[in-house]
Amino acid sequence: MIDMLLSQVLDLMTPVLLAAMAGALCERAGVFNIALEGKMLVGAFVAVAASIVFGSPVLAVLAAVVCTAIFALPLALGGARFGGDPIVIGIGLNLLASGLTTYLLSALFGVTGTLVDPTVTALPRFGLVALAEIPVLGAILGGHSALVYLSWLLVVAIHVYLFRTRWGLRLRGIGEVPSAAAAMGANVSRYQTSVVVVAGGLCGLAGAVLALGSVALFAENMTAGRGWIAVVAVMLGRAHPFGIALACLGFGLADAVGLRLQGQGLPNQITDIAPYAITLLAMIGLGLRGAAKKMRNA
Amino acid sequence: MTAGSLDTKSRLAAILLSIAVAVVLGGCVVLSTGANPLSVYLEIVKGAFAGRGLAETLARCVPLVGMALAVAIALRAGLVNLGGDGQMLVGGLAAVLVALYLPVPGPARAALALIAAMGAGGLYAWIAAILQLGLAIPFLIASLLMSYIARGVTSYLVRYPLRDPATGMPETHRVLSSARLPNAILDLPISMGMVIMAVVAIAVIVNDRSGVNGFEWRITGLNPRFAQYSGTNLPRQTQRVAFLSGALAGLAGALLILGQQYRFTDGALLAPGYTWSGLMAAVLAMASPVATVVVSVFFAALQVGGFAMERTLGLPAVLTWVLQALIILCLAARPVLFRKRRT
Repeated sequence: MIDMLLSQVLDLMTPVLLAAMAGALCERAGVFNIALEGKMLVGAFVAVAASIVFGSPVLAVLAAVVCTAIFALPLALGGARFGGDPIVIGIGLNLLASGLTTYLLSALFGVTGTLVDPTVTALPRFGLVALAEIPVLGAILGGHSALVYLSWLLVVAIHVYLFRTRWGLRLRGIGEVPSAAAAMGANVSRYQTSVVVVAGGLCGLAGAVLALGSVALFAENMTAGRGWIAVVAVMLGRAHPFGIALACLGFGLADAVGLRLQGQGLPNQITDIAPYAITLLAMIGLGLRGAAKKMRNA
Repeated sequence: MTAGSLDTKSRLAAILLSIAVAVVLGGCVVLSTGANPLSVYLEIVKGAFAGRGLAETLARCVPLVGMALAVAIALRAGLVNLGGDGQMLVGGLAAVLVALYLPVPGPARAALALIAAMGAGGLYAWIAAILQLGLAIPFLIASLLMSYIARGVTSYLVRYPLRDPATGMPETHRVLSSARLPNAILDLPISMGMVIMAVVAIAVIVNDRSGVNGFEWRITGLNPRFAQYSGTNLPRQTQRVAFLSGALAGLAGALLILGQQYRFTDGALLAPGYTWSGLMAAVLAMASPVATVVVSVFFAALQVGGFAMERTLGLPAVLTWVLQALIILCLAARPVLFRKRRT
């Protein structure tokens, strides 16, 4: 029972975790990226559309990554390089993603609402052989899609990149004091532009997991606020990959428990708000701690 | 974000240029799906004004102008209100509760319902402002997360405790006709909602032009530190602006329910996306109240034209949504077009 719940948590948190990693990179580079929601939606749409066209999950995921990276270009060029307002561009991208996916869903596939197709298959699930031997952990950690394991690797990789490499150091410097970083010879706008594009690719991955991870379908606005939860996770984790992963774990837990309670007969309108309520409560808790600290210091 | 540095003329030029570029890009989207962009645009223009189109456009202006001004007054003072959905829902719910259950005569119910809606929407946004001031949770995030919560709670209430069992839909009872807002005044095709929204719009415009409040808000949006030095009480102002912004969103919800829908149906307030269209209108207008109203009317016509186009050509009306988003992106990408490098 509990192992099934935890296994579900890992599935549910992955899209948010991947999007939050994208948000963390942008945050560290000093670009406020609120377009995670829209980019994730584009990734989910492209993943399903490419599944239908190519019939291959690997190509579908690749297409999602590439197309979403391209979709991030307005933010990368407009926001990072040419000094446009990242909040306005982010809002614009979110709304464009919502409109464009709905339009194309209807114009290309003749569908409104949900696109299900027999050619769209969920990503294959497999267990890590070494883990399967362990009694309880094996059931929790095994049997996920490759992207779930990849997301854990990415958390570690991004941590190492940010805090153990000179490029990561430069990136953090650019985020904190761009003028100083520029004086030290770092190309600020090129760094920011490429980070936003890479983050777009990560959001594409997040969308692909969302669409092909456990359900194998695309539904209008199926991200349903997960991109915003990722934005909050970056704040809660203070742009540290491990802290963010912890916040995403909390979100996944709230989501999974909500789904369970729904199975117990609680109305789903109430359980649906669990992730948002938990997220807001976590922000409030963090805020109270910050306020208390300020009071002590004053 | 309010781009106060631009004078009216260059702002107008920028907006018109953005619209032109977006129309071309939208045409490419239409072409890619195998349709003729020219006939699409022709149908949109015809649908927005011909026949019943004009009346539909005017009706759609009421919520759209309301939601756009709600965003604009907050934006003017430097607050990004993404929680319009939640404030509208809370306001709409308050309005329908008063209109259904308060034991006073009909017209008084309608008036009190409007006041209750403004109070509820305003309070809901005020909470988000308090979270920003006291706990450093960005208003943008707090208001947005609260929207999802309002959506779940109102949906539950309408489906279970408040449901009208006589209809198969998740909705409340119908508001009595005496507590509804009239749809025609003096036999003219002007609804009470339009009159109220026009008065609100004029009040916002006058306050922005010549009110002390409006001036202080604008200065805060441009430079909060200067505003504080010159004596503005920033926390109090943030609370007040947030309350007014939420109150306007709540009013928009109440006008929809008392003037057009007559009951609270789950999803009916949010489905047309007034919050987000309003947001786009306010951003495109760079939060200037006059421009916000003009752009909202333009967007309302665009949307009504889109529905007509869907009926005649069978292409999804959501195309107009794509156009609105493209206009915003083109405007934000203006520096790219003019090759103004930041560093």
